[in-house]
Amino acid sequence: MFDLDLWSEIISALKKNRMRSFMTAFGVFWGIFMLIVMSGAGKALENGVLDGVRAFATNSAFFWTERTSVPYEGFQRGRRWNYETSDMDYIRDNVKEVEYLSPRLFGNQQAGNNTIRGERAGAFNVFGDYPDYFKIDRWTPVKGRLINDIDMIQERKVCNIGERVVEVMFGKDENPIGQYLKISGVYFQVVGVIHAETRINIGGGKKEETIIIPFSTMRKAYNYGNRVYFFSVTSKPGTKVSDLEEKLKTLLKERHKVAPEDQQAIGSFNIEKEFVKFNALFLGIQVLTWIVGIGTLLAGVIGVSNIMLVIIKERTQEIGIQRAIGATPATVIKHIVAESVFLTVMAGYIGLSLGVGLLEVLNRILLSAGDEMFFKNPEVNLTMALSALGVLVISGIIAGLIPAKRAVSIKPIDAIRDEG
Amino acid sequence: MIRLNNIHKSYEMGSNSLHVLKGIDLTIEQGDFVSIMGSSGSGKSTLLNILGMLDNYDKGTYHLSGNLIANMSEKKAAKYRNDMVGFVFQSFNLISFKNAMENVALPLYYKGVPRKKRNLIAMEYLEKLGLKEWANHMPSEMSGGQKQRVAIARALISEPKIILADEPTGALDTATSYEVMEILKDINAAGITVIIVTHEHDIAAMTSQIIRLKDGRIHEIIRNGELKQFQKSYMKELETA
Ligand SMILES: Nc1ncnc2c1ncn2[C@@H]1O[C@H](COP(=O)(O)OP(=O)(O)OP(=O)(O)O)[C@@H](O)[C@H]1O
Ligand SMILES: [Mg+2]
Repeated sequence: MFDLDLWSEIISALKKNRMRSFMTAFGVFWGIFMLIVMSGAGKALENGVLDGVRAFATNSAFFWTERTSVPYEGFQRGRRWNYETSDMDYIRDNVKEVEYLSPRLFGNQQAGNNTIRGERAGAFNVFGDYPDYFKIDRWTPVKGRLINDIDMIQERKVCNIGERVVEVMFGKDENPIGQYLKISGVYFQVVGVIHAETRINIGGGKKEETIIIPFSTMRKAYNYGNRVYFFSVTSKPGTKVSDLEEKLKTLLKERHKVAPEDQQAIGSFNIEKEFVKFNALFLGIQVLTWIVGIGTLLAGVIGVSNIMLVIIKERTQEIGIQRAIGATPATVIKHIVAESVFLTVMAGYIGLSLGVGLLEVLNRILLSAGDEMFFKNPEVNLTMALSALGVLVISGIIAGLIPAKRAVSIKPIDAIRDEG
Repeated sequence: MIRLNNIHKSYEMGSNSLHVLKGIDLTIEQGDFVSIMGSSGSGKSTLLNILGMLDNYDKGTYHLSGNLIANMSEKKAAKYRNDMVGFVFQSFNLISFKNAMENVALPLYYKGVPRKKRNLIAMEYLEKLGLKEWANHMPSEMSGGQKQRVAIARALISEPKIILADEPTGALDTATSYEVMEILKDINAAGITVIIVTHEHDIAAMTSQIIRLKDGRIHEIIRNGELKQFQKSYMKELETA
């Protein structure tokens, strides 16, 4: 029941004792505020980092070659070698755990400006890829379309270009789609402007400076023969990509006469493993947030209890007078508890609002700063915030209840006589 | 109305026990105007606090309007206090953060009287005590006499049967003291039992019955008819002092 009289009594008591009200409220406010800001910041870090990798197929692995480090079957150590298209065909046909397989060729990167269009020139990272590559490391077409299977089969001279390539190679008002770029001496038609969904970078260079052409076209146009420099795979659901990675490594070593014990000859990397590391990192951040949060909360609780204790001591005489003129212990306790609950809820609510507000402002600033941030979308863990508030309110009740009980348990005359 | 029978009261202080009241037998009737006198430490305040149910007693019986006052729950005691008695203290004991009107109205709040109504009644009482203009002033802005009148208004507002006043004039000058006594006399004339503790003979002489405590016992009771004589002996005491 809402008791208007009770509340106006409480509010007038709080108002008339501004300082002690403020002190009590501040502890609670600060506890909640810090908790919100901290957990929001932790979450933002998590969002920022995960955002860069979320679009990446977590079941993917990547392979390249290095020099051998163990002599084997008549070969010296230090041999250079490459994967071949036949390896890809073999894997596609025989390793049923593979979902997508995408071999890659690297364009000529040493030649300075490898891309020319009239007066304009630039140095970009050119890759020959399979369309399946877009399913492993997600890209979205900003304009036009992605390279597809028909481009592959017909060995079309088409390309997808990153946003930076557009800036360098085209004027502000030009539409790149349908235009031609001369890449290492061969003309390619732009069919799509693409945007990388992830910041995970395999093969070096900035993703905005990427040019992707069909694998088959690149192989033929620049005479790569059977070579494959690099490939990506994803594992089918139910297969751990780490297991697939090991299986493929063993298989490739066999096919290329690389010593089984050679740890160096095959370079590889799987996202699953990286995700495990990330997850550990975020778990760490979360644990830290909780520890600090609980610490702050505890400080708040202790602060509230302390101040309530002081207040009751200060008010013993007042309580004695109230009892002398007819206040029952229940009335006195009700007042004190309602006061402390009112204070904690108010302060907690303000802390909550300001904390959320601060995070919101931060979010705006981050959004306007562009998306190259590892700090993104600071969310508030509302459950955490509300349970923290709950803890504070309950502690406010207890903090009020204990000294109030004491104040009414002594004889009224002793309370009145109390000289503080 | 008030019937005390062999009341004993000791204060325990660590291992020591101070026996303050050593068997008080006393009857006070409705409408009496009583003063309690005695040297400092003789137990005047103790007795008054027991009468007001602010303190308990160790032995004996205390009947108030026929009800035995002993081992009551604090809730019941609060109700009795609210219904039966009004307190006036030497140090006024107003709530410092409430203005005069709110202080006077407070006992009615505990009785559940709605705000508007109790403030209206409080204003009536303030007017009776000539404090209408001071209704919105805080205690800190008032003189001792004014504060004591606010306290008396607060004691009266719940229409008690008894007013208990512990040295109500103790913090006031003679002129103001007499004013306060006039007010108490009027209250008594309206049929309310008034019991005051005082050190001052002239104040005591304005009451209709003087109870002198000595060594925790009632030394003598001077009634209306004997007051003249009391005044004489009081003059003598002054001379010898
Ligand atoms: N709460 C208490 N604890 C211990 N001793 C007390 C307490 N209250 C009073 N006393 C002692 O009991 C005795 C009587 O106290 P009381 O206050 O009744 O005296 P009094 O007659 O009112 O004196 P005064 O004229 O000085 O006010 C005193 O010796 C006092 O020290
Ligand atoms: Mg006294």
